[in-house]
Amino acid sequence: MVIDLVPVWILILGLAVFMYVLLDGFDLGVGILFPFAPDDQSRNLMMDSVAPIWDGNETWLVLGGIGLFAAFPLAFAIIIPASYFPILIMLLGLIFRGVAFEFRMKAHRSRFVWDQAFFWGSLLATYAQGVVLGTFVRGYEVQGRQFAGSVFDWVQPFPLVVGAGLVFGYVLLGATWLVTKTEAGLQHWARKKARFALFGVLIFIAIVSIWTPLLEPRIAQRWFSWPNIAWLAPVPIATAVIAAWLWHSLWSTREGAPFFAAMALFLTGYGGFVISIWPNIVPHTISFWDAASSAKSQAFLLVGTLFLLPIIVMYTGWSYYVFRGKVRSDAGYH
Amino acid sequence: MNFDALLLSRFQFAFVVAFHFLLPAFTIGLASYIAVLEGLNLATGRRVYLRISNFWIKIFAVSFGMGVVSGIVMPFQFGTNWSRYSDMVADVVAPLMAYEGLMAFFLEAGFLGVLLFGRKRVPQWAHFFAAIMVAIGTLFSTFWILVVNSWMHTPAGFSMVDGRFFPFDWFEIIWNPSFPYRFMHTVTAVYLTTAFAVIGIAAFYLRRNRFVEESRTMLTMGLGLASILVPLQAVLGDLHGLNTLHHQPEKLAAIEGIWDTRTNQSMVLFAIPDESAETNRAAIEVPGLASLYLRHSLEGRVLGLRDFPKEDRPPVVVVFYAFRVMLAMWATMMLLTLWGWWLAFRGRLFATDLYLRACNWAIPVGFIAVTAGWVTTEAGRQPWVVYGFLRTADAVTPNLTGRDVSISLALYALVYAVVFGAGVYFLFKLVHAGPAALSTAPEPGMAQRPARPLSAADAD
Repeated sequence: MVIDLVPVWILILGLAVFMYVLLDGFDLGVGILFPFAPDDQSRNLMMDSVAPIWDGNETWLVLGGIGLFAAFPLAFAIIIPASYFPILIMLLGLIFRGVAFEFRMKAHRSRFVWDQAFFWGSLLATYAQGVVLGTFVRGYEVQGRQFAGSVFDWVQPFPLVVGAGLVFGYVLLGATWLVTKTEAGLQHWARKKARFALFGVLIFIAIVSIWTPLLEPRIAQRWFSWPNIAWLAPVPIATAVIAAWLWHSLWSTREGAPFFAAMALFLTGYGGFVISIWPNIVPHTISFWDAASSAKSQAFLLVGTLFLLPIIVMYTGWSYYVFRGKVRSDAGYH
Repeated sequence: MNFDALLLSRFQFAFVVAFHFLLPAFTIGLASYIAVLEGLNLATGRRVYLRISNFWIKIFAVSFGMGVVSGIVMPFQFGTNWSRYSDMVADVVAPLMAYEGLMAFFLEAGFLGVLLFGRKRVPQWAHFFAAIMVAIGTLFSTFWILVVNSWMHTPAGFSMVDGRFFPFDWFEIIWNPSFPYRFMHTVTAVYLTTAFAVIGIAAFYLRRNRFVEESRTMLTMGLGLASILVPLQAVLGDLHGLNTLHHQPEKLAAIEGIWDTRTNQSMVLFAIPDESAETNRAAIEVPGLASLYLRHSLEGRVLGLRDFPKEDRPPVVVVFYAFRVMLAMWATMMLLTLWGWWLAFRGRLFATDLYLRACNWAIPVGFIAVTAGWVTTEAGRQPWVVYGFLRTADAVTPNLTGRDVSISLALYALVYAVVFGAGVYFLFKLVHAGPAALSTAPEPGMAQRPARPLSAADAD
């Protein structure tokens, strides 16, 4: 008897992608906010707040990429080449901002170069990820088992708008992260930026929520047909409640709530996204089950993953625990 | 299918993987060296081992960090440029690659932090244990990635359905015919790469009369390892070659520059292979020798390239010369090892300026050898990506054009030049600072310590 492992792999991959979006999301957001900080000391604090954990955060990108390759290879073979240039820009952006963390501390005369690399790397990587997401939602031209469109299919209004939306989203995560990690003036500044970002995020959520069903009748069908509309109504309602909670907490003195509310907002967005594309991994043509690798391949990898993944998750939690609390200039990390 | 996109995609893959591989080629050996140094420190209590270990841990940290950054690019290459390959082969190779990634992160998560930042936070034995685990971890990564690579040379344990590869027997896939030889040959090669980097940097200090105690220890240890591994590599390389002769005869014919099948086959020392005329120009040959070492008899028949259809032959010139570059590097290592022994017996090992200068210049030999060896085996597999079953031309992403790949290749080249340039500059600074200067660095508390590789080198 063969057990269907596809649901297990959907969960693992879903976890990896969501972990990546949340974790690298906030440190990319900090990178985008970086040049707008009030002064140089604030910039050092901002960098210190993410420096110990950013490379662990990027682990999830590799796990997600390899997981997609191993568990749903057909999706990998269609989605990745269709996003040829956005993925190129994302990788180069991530390389630049990755080394900027290190070289900035060692450089003297060339420090401004690495400051710029940190900002532009973060911004381009984020925007490129948003473009990949937007292209994904629009769907791909597929012939047989191959992507049949052009490498410039992402140059469309929808993906380009989603890219901008994700920039606001990551800035919201980054700013609320800074609210939890900083104090006084910098925290006050972060709250202001978070309110600004939240405003932007809500506008983009509204645009995308109206635009997506118009683009794809199947998505409209999913959300607005009876009885789905009743079952799925809690998703937009939850989004509105969380947004109100976030807005309120940004005006209060609470320090942890904004970050958790921002993450919850991402969770509802992620939920809405999964509802729209389910059960396809290549919208709107190939399902998870059709894209899955053979049961033998999935089983072989699952054995090691079930052992190693929990340890990696625990280590991630532990490293956040070690670096808990406020960042301070006198106890900076270098 | 677009010819330019295929050729440029091959260049792009070769470019990003070659740069990436230079770092593990160095850090795998370094991880083991650090573990040995930590063990010696624990066993003998001599502080010199600790100072040397501290020095190499910093170099390791920077190299490992660059290896991670350039490694993120690799899995995406299969999707962006080789999507047909990904679709057809993923069921077999992707889980193996995933194991490589998982184990690399498992190792980074668990033990790298302790090795880099834990010297004063954990007992000595725990630090030693972490060093061993990091060394084993790098070897596990090597294991999995070479399983994938070897399987593409000598595929086994699979079945084919509609042109796609499916796993049939994981044991046969992992222990495919060329894997044990390739693994032994590669691990020995990367150990030698590290050994000659250590020897060369020790020689650099000795010539300037700096860090004399450390440098003498490093030179002795490096030379000791080379004395075993350089001769051993000749044996392992020969076995690997015989394995290639058995499984990929046209690659071997290209390596040897052999065009005609016959007994009493000559060994071609040097030549200019002419692929269109199917012959060698300006050849220097030793009659009968190739039959002797490939078939162990003058009567041994060795296949020549003419016996294979033109469309199944690897690019002879590249394979032929890359192999000879690798051999020249091996000969250089052998020469330096023998010379070193001769000087040691006369008690002048640390005082012969010409020798030290030669060792200093020889720092890149291992890097050149592994790159040349890798070019030999990979170019020698062409025109196949999975030998005998899937052609490289059928593996490339179908909708890419030459223009697309030119843009991406140019951007990779630009970014790698900047990032690797800065990284190498930083490594030079660390080498110039030397071991003693680094051991005086203050130790901040663990809570403030970032668990990241590159920042372990924040000594200056």
